[in-house]
Amino acid sequence: MSSLAVGKADTAAGTTSGAAQSRPPLRRRIALVPTITLLLGAAYCLLPVAWVVIAATKSGSELFSTFTFLPGTGFADNFSDLSAYRDGVYWQWMGNSALYAGLGALLSTVVSAFSGYALAIYRFPGRETLFNVLLTGVLMPPVILAIPQYLLLAKADLTDSYLAVLLPQLLSPYGVYLSRIYAAAAVPADVVEAGRMDGASEWRIFTRVALPMMVPGMVTVFLFQFVAIWNNFLLPYIMLSDDEKFPITLGLYTLLEQGANTPALYTLVITGAFLAVIPLVALFLVIQRFWSLDLLSGAVKS
Amino acid sequence: MTSTSRKAYGVKGAPYAFLLPATLLFLLFFALPIGYAVWLSFHKVKVSGLGLGSGARKEVWAGLENYTDALTDSELVGGALRVLGYGCIVVPVMLGLALLFALMLDSDKVRLAPFTRLAIFLPYAIPGVVAALLWGFLYLPDVSPFYYVLEKFGLPQPDLLDGGPLYLALSNIAVWGGTGFNMIVIYTSLQAIPAEVYEAAKLDGATPLQIALRIKIPMVAPSLVLTFFFSIIATLQVFNEPTTLKPLTNSVSTTWSPLMKVYQDAFGKGDIYAAAAQATIIALATLLLSFGFLRAANRRNKRDFGHGGAR
Repeated sequence: MSSLAVGKADTAAGTTSGAAQSRPPLRRRIALVPTITLLLGAAYCLLPVAWVVIAATKSGSELFSTFTFLPGTGFADNFSDLSAYRDGVYWQWMGNSALYAGLGALLSTVVSAFSGYALAIYRFPGRETLFNVLLTGVLMPPVILAIPQYLLLAKADLTDSYLAVLLPQLLSPYGVYLSRIYAAAAVPADVVEAGRMDGASEWRIFTRVALPMMVPGMVTVFLFQFVAIWNNFLLPYIMLSDDEKFPITLGLYTLLEQGANTPALYTLVITGAFLAVIPLVALFLVIQRFWSLDLLSGAVKS
Repeated sequence: MTSTSRKAYGVKGAPYAFLLPATLLFLLFFALPIGYAVWLSFHKVKVSGLGLGSGARKEVWAGLENYTDALTDSELVGGALRVLGYGCIVVPVMLGLALLFALMLDSDKVRLAPFTRLAIFLPYAIPGVVAALLWGFLYLPDVSPFYYVLEKFGLPQPDLLDGGPLYLALSNIAVWGGTGFNMIVIYTSLQAIPAEVYEAAKLDGATPLQIALRIKIPMVAPSLVLTFFFSIIATLQVFNEPTTLKPLTNSVSTTWSPLMKVYQDAFGKGDIYAAAAQATIIALATLLLSFGFLRAANRRNKRDFGHGGAR
């Protein structure tokens, strides 16, 4: 409850939705040009999604013979074919993605919260240097990191394991950056000082006082990191060879690679793509209320 | 602000303790791999005799050899040029659309704004590989609705996955995936402009177009600069989309973009030394570009928006 209030207060500082509503309504008319432009944009963005939803319902022969946007009759068959493919490896991929993204984002958010809090609240020698060094990670192209990461993990005998995909994604420079900005905005210095006066340890102040205040921001960091890990293709592509450990992105890619030359496999790839989109879109729709994008723009502004 | 209380024990060490996990992860998964890549880039393998036995393959100092090889490698240079062409399409179109949609969302009396905003942001939730896969199918004549329509009207049917159209096909995937995110960033900073700023202009009879061009766009310039910056970095690093389209067409080579070339050299050819040198060059180019760009943007911002514009 209290954390929600902090989020509200923070967004109120970032936006002026209240002020926007109080602009005097001149004429009660629809602004046609903006509305149509936006509808065209929405149509463009929804087109591939609509296509995959419909294509997933088509049987192999319908896919090539019937009009693209005419629903087919084969979804149940496609679904069971996909589930049966190589003893249900598809669902294994989905489970792996959930594990990588869920656990990875959770741990990454914890690391970001620690760092962001420390960088925002304390004054200590080396603070800015440390912050800037952590941030340079954003600029590093992923392949450039992933190849030596692979070679080093190979020396530790850790490649082709769950850890090889999880560990390199635990530190998110962007997450540290957002956490610092959020902690600075949401945790007042007096509150921390008051905790010290009461004799609370630094750890206790963080877990009992600061962390609850940081929750809305940390939800955002978690979601960004979840999406980033779920969507990551390159790192597992480099690290893994055992397809039992593949996340869904890599699994679908290998399915496409096999299916490209055999149109009979197209329906499998399409149904797989459709089902792979569902969890993220659902997550996205459910939590977009909590997804505090104002935080993002706050980060952009400073 | 936070005056360090002498009485509280452990305050001095606390920030370092909180930063320990991030620092350790940084050292292990950023600093060490980068250092190792740089080390590799200055080495090569020397094979003595027939190359048999454990002592026959030795890592020796190579000096700048890998670097000169990389810079004169026509595939790498070609990849860089291809990505440059691709970026010249993606960045202006994506940011232009993002700005246009953000301004439209911010205008008065627009209908269905929450729905369209969500719809345009939706591609952000879809993995690049899946996006490339969906569009890849939409580009295939056998299953694409576009070709269905073209055929019905007897219009010419271009091959979207070859030659010049391939750039458009790849750019379209990036534009589709990135517009919504950038739109939200720009839109949120538009929302932060106080309403009073427009009132005076409206009273003076300024049209919405004039307000957009003269007031709104200059005021969101800082977020435009930032979205531009991140878009350029993302463009230079393009890998997933062309890799995913590769199975569908012969026109995307395994070395289409510089990063694909690095991957191919490291794992296809197994020459990690050459790959490391190429990777270092790309990283340096990215860093130089980033810092150069940020400096230029800062200077501009100070000059143009020194008062109030850039907060």
